[in-house]
Amino acid sequence: MKRTQLRKPNRVLALAALTALLVSGCGPEYLVLHPVGPVGREELNLIVLSTVLILIVVIPVLALLVYIVWRYRDKPENDAPYTPQWSESKLLEAVWWGIPIVIVAILGFYTGKSTFKLVEPPPSDAKPLTIQVTSLDWKWLFQYPGQNVATVNYVEIPVGVPIQFELTADAPMNSFWVPQLGGQEYTMPGMAMRLWLEADQPGTYYGHGANFTGKGFAHMDFQVKAVSQQEFDQWVQQVKANSPALTLAGYQQLKQPSVVGTASYSSFPPGLFNDTVWANGGRYMPEMMDDMTGMQGHTADAGKSDQTSGMSSMPGMEMDGKQTADHSGH
Amino acid sequence: MPDALRQFADTYLMWQEGPMIWISDVLILLTSIGIVATLTYFKKWKWLWREWLTTVDHKKIGIMYLIAALLMMFRGGADGLLMRTQLAAPGMHFLDAEHYDQIFTTHGTIMILFMAMPFIFALFNIVVPLQIGARDVAFPYLNAISFWLFFFGALLLNISFVFGGSPDAGWTSYPPLSELGFDNGPGENFYLLALQISGIGSIATGINFLVTILRMRAPGMTLMKMPLFTWSVLSACIMIIFAFPALTVALALLMLDRIVGTHFFTILQGGNPMMFINLFWIWGHPEVYIVVVPAFGVFSEVVATFARKRIFGYTSMVAALLSISVISYFVWAHHFFTMGAGADVNTFFAVATMAVGIPTGVKVFNWLFTMYRGRIRMTLPMLWTIAFVPCFVIGGATGVMLAVAPADYQYHNSYFLIAHFHQVLIGGVVFGMLAGMYYWWPKMFGFKLDERLGRWAFWFFNIGFYVCFMPQYALGFMGMQRRMYTYPADMGWGTLNFVSTIGAYLMGIGFIFIVAQVLYSIKYGERDLTGDPWDGRTLEWSLPSPVPHYNFAVIPTVTSRDYWWTLKEEGRTDEIKPKPEDIQPIHMPKNSGRPFLMGVLFFVAGLGFVFNWHVLAVLGLLGVVVTMLRRSFEYDDEYYIQPEEIQHVESALGRL
Ligand code: HEM
Ligand SMILES: [Cu+2]
Ligand SMILES: [Cu+2]
Repeated sequence: MKRTQLRKPNRVLALAALTALLVSGCGPEYLVLHPVGPVGREELNLIVLSTVLILIVVIPVLALLVYIVWRYRDKPENDAPYTPQWSESKLLEAVWWGIPIVIVAILGFYTGKSTFKLVEPPPSDAKPLTIQVTSLDWKWLFQYPGQNVATVNYVEIPVGVPIQFELTADAPMNSFWVPQLGGQEYTMPGMAMRLWLEADQPGTYYGHGANFTGKGFAHMDFQVKAVSQQEFDQWVQQVKANSPALTLAGYQQLKQPSVVGTASYSSFPPGLFNDTVWANGGRYMPEMMDDMTGMQGHTADAGKSDQTSGMSSMPGMEMDGKQTADHSGH
Repeated sequence: MPDALRQFADTYLMWQEGPMIWISDVLILLTSIGIVATLTYFKKWKWLWREWLTTVDHKKIGIMYLIAALLMMFRGGADGLLMRTQLAAPGMHFLDAEHYDQIFTTHGTIMILFMAMPFIFALFNIVVPLQIGARDVAFPYLNAISFWLFFFGALLLNISFVFGGSPDAGWTSYPPLSELGFDNGPGENFYLLALQISGIGSIATGINFLVTILRMRAPGMTLMKMPLFTWSVLSACIMIIFAFPALTVALALLMLDRIVGTHFFTILQGGNPMMFINLFWIWGHPEVYIVVVPAFGVFSEVVATFARKRIFGYTSMVAALLSISVISYFVWAHHFFTMGAGADVNTFFAVATMAVGIPTGVKVFNWLFTMYRGRIRMTLPMLWTIAFVPCFVIGGATGVMLAVAPADYQYHNSYFLIAHFHQVLIGGVVFGMLAGMYYWWPKMFGFKLDERLGRWAFWFFNIGFYVCFMPQYALGFMGMQRRMYTYPADMGWGTLNFVSTIGAYLMGIGFIFIVAQVLYSIKYGERDLTGDPWDGRTLEWSLPSPVPHYNFAVIPTVTSRDYWWTLKEEGRTDEIKPKPEDIQPIHMPKNSGRPFLMGVLFFVAGLGFVFNWHVLAVLGLLGVVVTMLRRSFEYDDEYYIQPEEIQHVESALGRL
C-alpha cells in the first residue's frame, strides 16, 4: 500500500522530468540525467523539482534586473520616475520574504520525504542481494557474502534486485558512486555504511571513487555490469570454477597502494569485510557512539540493531548478529 | 661538502623534481634580489620600516592587506590556470598527479584564507573607522599584530612550494588522508601551521572590529543609523568570533596527531576522523559567509550611491545580515550528507541550508528595488555590482539544489559542486571585493582607477567566468569527479573541459587588465581633489582623499542615516568642516616594530614545527612570549598630535 501512496506525486514528477529532458535534449553522456534504477530516478525527480522551484525565483529576478537597469539608467533624456527618498514598502517586503519561505517549505517537504525513503530498500519482490565494498588505495574490492566470490574493479549485479552495498575503506575514506544507479555514499575506515541501489535495465555502468584519496585517485574507476538473474548465476559459477581464491596474503598484497586492472576470485577469507572494519577501528565504535551521536545525530539508532535503518546506522551496531556476538567481549 | 649540499637541495629544495621547481627557485631568487636592490638603490629601507612595517594606522594596514590579497589572487589564479591547462584535454601530461594534488590544495587554501580573508580585512580596515567617524580601530596595536600574523602565515604556506613541498590533501585536509600514515611530508604541516598562525590573527581582527563598531561610533550614530557596510562587518565579526575557534581546535589537534603522535583523528587508536570533519565545517560553512557578507555590505553602499537613492528596506537588510550570521551555524552538515548521518539529521540540515537562502534572496530584492526609480550610473563599482546579481542568484540557486540532500548524493564531490562554489565565491566575494576596491580606491590613494581599462577587465573576467564555470555544471551531470588530475577520453568530458579552460584563460586576461589598469592609473588616473568623487552618502566621503593620518580633525555628530548625503541635500556641508576653535589635541598610538617582530617569531616557530626542528620551534615561541611580556610593560606607547599641526594639515587641504 505504501507503493500506491507514493505513486501519484511521483507520476507528476516523472512527467516533469520527462519534459525537462526532452527540452534539454541531453545526450547519454549525461549520466545523472539518465538513471537506470529507482534510486537514481528518485534523485533525478528531486533535481528536476528543485530546478523548477528555483527558476520561479531566478527568472523574475533576472528579468527585473534587466528591466530596472535599462529603465532607470542615468541618461538626461530618461523620463522614468525618480523617487530618491522611497525606501520602504511593507507589501513588497512581505512578498519577497513570503515567496521564498513557501518555496523552501515545498522543497523541504519533498526533500525530507525522499531522504527517509532512500534509507529503505527500493520496493521489490526480489530478495535483496548484499555486496560488501572495500575501497583500497587505489582500487575497489567487492565481496559477495552470499555467493562467496569476490571481484576487483568491477561488480556484477542482477537486474531488478535491490542491492545492499555495505561500504568500508581499508585506506583513506573514499566515496562509492555509480551515477546512473544513484547517488554516492562514503566508504570510511572502521565503519560499515550502507547504500541501496538497483538497476532495472541490463548494461554496463560507470562507477568511480568520488572522494579524493591521493596519488592514484583519478584511476579509481570500476564498472557495474547489470545482467539478468540467470546470467548472474552463470557468472558466479564461472568465477567459482575459473578464478583463483583470494587469500589473506593475497588481500595484504592487494591492499598495497597501486593501480590495478580487474580481477575475480572464487572465494575470499571468511569474515574479511567485518575483520577489516573491526581492525580499522570498528572495535572502538561502541564507546565512540556517544561522540558520534552528538556530532552526527545517530541518537535514533543508538543501542538498537535495526537492519532496515540503512544509511543511518553506524557500524558496530549494524553488523549482523554473528559479528556483534563475536565482538561483544571486547 | 658538495654531498651535504646536494642532500639539502634534494630534501628541502626538491631539486630532483625537475625544471618547474628550478625555474621557480630562480624566479623567486631574482625577484628577491630585485626588491632588495630597488629598496637599497632608492634608499627606501627606512621609509619602508617607518611608514609601513611599523605602522599601526588602520588605513595603511588596510592597504597592506589589499596588496597581499591581490598578490595572492595572482598566485591562486596561476594555480587555477595550471590546473585548467592540465584538464584541457583527456590524458594530458602537463602536470602529474602529485603536482596536481598539491596545486588544487594550495589553490583552495590560498584563495579562501589568503586571498578572500585579507581582501575583506582590507576593506574592514580602510572603511569602517571612516564610516563610523572614528580615528582608528579599538586596538590599533593588535590590528598590526593581526596583519603580521596573517602575512607570515601566508608566507609560510607559500614557501612550501619551493622549500620542503606543498600540502596535497585538499584545502579540507580530511584525516586519515592528512594523518602521518598516509602523508609524511612536511607539506601538511605547512598547511596546519600557516592556517593556525593566520587564524589567530583573524580571531583578533574579529574581536577588534566588533569592539570598534560597538564602542567607537561618532556621537549620534545609533546602530540603526549605521551604514550597511559597517553592519555587514559587524555580522562577519560575530561569525569570525564564533567560528574560528573551531578551526583553531581542529588544526591544533591534527597537529598534535602529526607531531606528538596523539590519536584524536586517527582511526586506529580509537580516534575519530569524523570529529575533524565536523569541526572543520563548523568553521568552514560560516567561513564562506564570513567572506561573502562584507561583499553584501559593499553592494549595499555601491547600489545606493550609484542609483542615487536611499537603500531600500534598510531594516530588512539588517535583519537579513543578522539572521544569516545565526543560521549559518546550523547548516555545516550539508558538507557531508553522504557520510552516514541519519535521515532525520540530513533533513534538518537540508532545510536549514535552504532557509539560509531566504534572507540572502531578500537582500537581492532590496538591491533591485534600490535601483528601481533611481538613476543608475554605470561606473566600475556599479558594473561589478550589477554583474554580481545574476551570478550570485544562479550560484545561490544551485546552492539550494545542493541542499536537497538526496540530490546532493549525486552532486557531492562532482564538478557540479565545483561550479556552484566558484560561482558564489567569484560572483559574490571576488566581484564584491573588486567593486569595493574600485569604490574606495580614490579614498585610499587620492585618484580613480582608469575606466576604460577597467571595462576591458570587467568584460574579460565576466565572460571568462561563464565560459569557464557553466560547462562544469554539465560535467557534474556527466559524472566527472572533482580533484581528478586527468580523465579518460571515452567519457565525453573532453569538449566541455576544453571550453572551460578557455574561459579560465579569459579570466586570466581580465586579471592582467586589472594590473595594467592599476599601473596606468598611478600615473594617469583622474585625481580626486574633492574627497567625494562618486557623490557618496556616508561619512568617509566627507573627508579629503587620501584621508589625513588622524581621520577626523573634529569628530562629527551624526543626526541621520546617510548623514553626508543629508548635509549635501540641505546645503550644510560646511558644518562638518573643522573650526579652529574646536580642534583639540588628538591622542594617537605610536608606531611599533614589535608586531612585525612577533610575526617573524611566529614564522620561525612555525617553520620549526613544520620540520620537527624542536629547538627552532621552542626558540620561536620563547621569542613570542618575550615580545608579549615586553609589550605588557610598555607604558610610553601614545602621543598627541598638537592643534597647530592639525590646523596646518587641514588648511593645506583647504578645509579650514
Ligand atoms: C581564475 C579563477 C579560478 C579558476 C580557473 C579556478 C579553478 C579551479 C580548479 C581547476 C579547481 C580544482 C578542481 C578539482 O580538480 O577538483 C579549483 C578548486 C577550488 N577553487 Fe578555484 N578557481 C578559480 C578561482 C577561485 C576562487 C576565487 C576561489 C575562492 C575564493 C576558489 C576556490 C577554490 C576551492 C576552495 C577549491 C577546492 C580545492 C580543493 O579541492 O581542495 N577558486 N579551482
Ligand atoms: Cu556550507
Ligand atoms: Cu560515522
